[in-house]
Amino acid sequence: MKQIEAINDFVIKFANVNGSGSASANELFAKAILRMGVPVSPRNIFPSNIQGLPTWYEVRVSEQGWLGRRGGIDMMVAMNPQTWDADVAEIEPGGYLFYDSTRALPPSKFRDDIHVIGMPLTEICNAVYTDPRQRQLFKNIVYVGALSVLLEIEPAVIEKLFGEQYKGKEKLLASNVQALHLGRDFASEHLKAPLGIRVRRADRVGDSIFVDGNSAAALGCVYGGATVAAWYPITPSSSVAEAFQKYCGKYRVDPATGQNHYAIVQAEDEIASIGMVVGAGWNGARAFTATSGPGVSLMTEFIGLAYFAEIPVTIINVQRGGPSTGMPTRTQQADLLACAYASHGDTKHVLLFPEDPTECFEHAAAALDLADRLQTPVFVMTDLDIGMNQRLCAPFAWDEARELDRGKVMTAQELEAGRDFGRYKDVDGDGIPWRTLPGTHPTKGSYFTRGTTRNAYAQYSERGPDYIYNVERLLRKFATAATLVPQPVLRAASCKTRLGVIYFGSTSPAMHEALEVLTGQGIHLDALRLRAFPFPASVRDFLDAHDEVFVVEQNRDAQMHSLLVNELEVDPARLVRVLHFDGTPITARFIAGAITQQVHAEVVKPRSRKSREKVA
Amino acid sequence: MTYITKPRLHHPSLEANKVGYTRRDYEGKISTLCAGCGHDSISAAIIQACWELDIEPHRVAKLSGIGCSSKTPDYFLGASHGFNTVHGRMPSVLTGANLANRDLLYLGVSGDGDSASIGLGQFAHAMRRGVNMVYIVENNGVYGLTKGQFSATADRGSKSKKGVLNSDSAIDLIGMALQLGATYVGRGFSGDKAQLVPLIKGAIRHGGAAFIDVISPCVAFNNHAGSTKSYDYVREHNEAVSRIDFISSRDELTTTYAPGEVVEVEQHDGMVLRLRKLHEGYDPTHRVAAMNFVQERQAQGEVVTGLLYVEPDATDLHAALNTSARPLNALGQEALCPGVAALDRLNASLR
Repeated sequence: MKQIEAINDFVIKFANVNGSGSASANELFAKAILRMGVPVSPRNIFPSNIQGLPTWYEVRVSEQGWLGRRGGIDMMVAMNPQTWDADVAEIEPGGYLFYDSTRALPPSKFRDDIHVIGMPLTEICNAVYTDPRQRQLFKNIVYVGALSVLLEIEPAVIEKLFGEQYKGKEKLLASNVQALHLGRDFASEHLKAPLGIRVRRADRVGDSIFVDGNSAAALGCVYGGATVAAWYPITPSSSVAEAFQKYCGKYRVDPATGQNHYAIVQAEDEIASIGMVVGAGWNGARAFTATSGPGVSLMTEFIGLAYFAEIPVTIINVQRGGPSTGMPTRTQQADLLACAYASHGDTKHVLLFPEDPTECFEHAAAALDLADRLQTPVFVMTDLDIGMNQRLCAPFAWDEARELDRGKVMTAQELEAGRDFGRYKDVDGDGIPWRTLPGTHPTKGSYFTRGTTRNAYAQYSERGPDYIYNVERLLRKFATAATLVPQPVLRAASCKTRLGVIYFGSTSPAMHEALEVLTGQGIHLDALRLRAFPFPASVRDFLDAHDEVFVVEQNRDAQMHSLLVNELEVDPARLVRVLHFDGTPITARFIAGAITQQVHAEVVKPRSRKSREKVA
Repeated sequence: MTYITKPRLHHPSLEANKVGYTRRDYEGKISTLCAGCGHDSISAAIIQACWELDIEPHRVAKLSGIGCSSKTPDYFLGASHGFNTVHGRMPSVLTGANLANRDLLYLGVSGDGDSASIGLGQFAHAMRRGVNMVYIVENNGVYGLTKGQFSATADRGSKSKKGVLNSDSAIDLIGMALQLGATYVGRGFSGDKAQLVPLIKGAIRHGGAAFIDVISPCVAFNNHAGSTKSYDYVREHNEAVSRIDFISSRDELTTTYAPGEVVEVEQHDGMVLRLRKLHEGYDPTHRVAAMNFVQERQAQGEVVTGLLYVEPDATDLHAALNTSARPLNALGQEALCPGVAALDRLNASLR
């Protein structure tokens, strides 16, 4: 029988039951490989449930550093009887199945083209532990121990990780080490090791960090100077606010007074969250909220107010599967249109698309600057895949000389010096007016903020020319935004090509791998990674320079495709949709397959009847 | 929404307060509400209270939702920043504004439609959070701007102008504010300015969430026989628990009331509320007693007014969050950005 043979290049998936305590053991497994200098990319695939339903943890091990999902499973650790059949079916031919063999299973439950490794995990744990919870929890550590033998993961590395995790908790440390060795001892004595897939120490991690996007975005908000956070719990964004709380506790407490240089409110709902952010932004504090699709729906009235009244607001939207409650614990990029045009009337909003945790950090800080500079809502469009999965990425960097961009705020001195203040006046020709903050000056610069229309001096006015002046100025401001947002990143093909591909956000790592696969097949594409909406001028240049451009995105309705067509008035026939929307992160295999199919279909395109008749 | 600015000329001999402003300096634009609207009387009371308390007009932030009442911030304190937010959601915007700069005085003006219907949730949560503000509901039991529909504070059995009988129970915002933990709760009547001005003054100087429900009859749609929010009805059924006087601690304390039971309540900033009890045994510092009293009288069709409850040493949301004394919107980069060295350490911990 064929056996998958691969060193530092395989995919292993753990099928568990939610609430069984497997998450920390699986993470330990991934980290151990990482500490051996081999890049890993893990993904949590979990149900919208606290306990009992199936959950998976997929770890891609890739010395080459591919961080996207590859597709296909080389080894399945099948710990959930409920999903057994589907889990076993997912294994690549020649791959490996590791399972708890305490209870015998009929031969029909296995496949002939895979290697089966049984280990009586329950029996081992029941023999050693008396406490039911310990029996369950340590089963996970025992299988990590066995896998360390099968895959040649250094036990000392795992023990060191235990040491860090249970620092000061000697009892827990000792019991975990004991469970690890229970697994190792059994595997060494009873199982054939190592397998065809295994880990070998390398030096491919460098100074990269291993972090999830939600924590990174929260840290970006700390560095970007956010002082007010208002939020309402919603998967998959809740850990943004929780991480912000943690980092603020560490970095934002005045050592002299013990007072907090921040305020965090868990609001009663998403409407109140964004309301607080609007109020704080109006009053000159940097403020943000973190939410997901249904939260954005609730916030849209306020988002429209902030757009029209021109108030800085930062919204971190960690997208999940929609519509409605959709797939709350799965990933998609399906809120693009809902955010780009959120609220009623004519509205357009700035969107940023980070590709990984490093950019979650950078874009969150940039969003706070942009919101102040542009006096408008700015969305950071992450998703569950980046937000809740730890990703190997470039370390966070910060320029010590960087200053927070507070935008056009007129001071008491400027007002006192007689500078003309018209709240909605386009003084500089960029569409961005000046504002004053409440309390600035005893007699000058006060104005009334409202969602109803007004003239350039903020006085209520229903005159058509005043309305048109304002809404056209807002368009000018949007054009200015296109020059200020993060610019797209071009990855030119190694040879001249008429084909292009556009992608963005969490699709990035799978896309990079797909490009290499395609190049290997002789399909060359120039690739443009979008980092923001409105689209900078270079996006149009890219479209103009190619006959056909694939638009790869993770939603059903090709929302980025629509935005490109709508905003740049490009011929839709030149944009080819590559859509992935089953809730799992897109894979390199999928992208390469879809593009190859399209390119080949074009090459063998049947001739028209007219030309056939001509030949005849 | 008004856009008529009042002429700035005023009589040179108008009396100035301690910070140099005349009463005119606390006015706003000309009201476009109906002549005789109770809301205009409340605006006048706010103007009076701020002038008497020597508050610098520009140090006030006035916020409202949507509706007749929410238009009124344009009609007072013209030198203040104002914010007409969205329907029923003033409390959250005010909360955010307050978090950004704790040094300003926050006046939230709302209506019964705004606060008791669409905004009931936000009203409730602002009260329980203890946001330091003066939250005034101008309560007329009716939707004026959309011409006469019942609001959620309209009493069961009361009649609309078109003669429709209200079959729904009324939401009593006073009862809710007491139950939710507001630390200053009063009810006024727009037709009784003598009572209302000190009630507002006390709320301004209060250190936590101050709520005042002001019965403010709608002359256009709810001032007829059958309405329980009309001038006549309230005058006939008003039962004041106290007469309140607000005394600056800098002034010599004088007693203007006849001998009787007088309670002095010192506010967080040293100012004194002096209450002359009109009801034997009424204790304005006893939350449960206040709730019971209001409910009992309400059941008898009475409208209880006055300062119903006060917690003199109340704290606010900033205290709960241990926020910096320096306003958050004034913190500079050095206080906000942890810097490169901290980031390097963090990077190291993530490997």
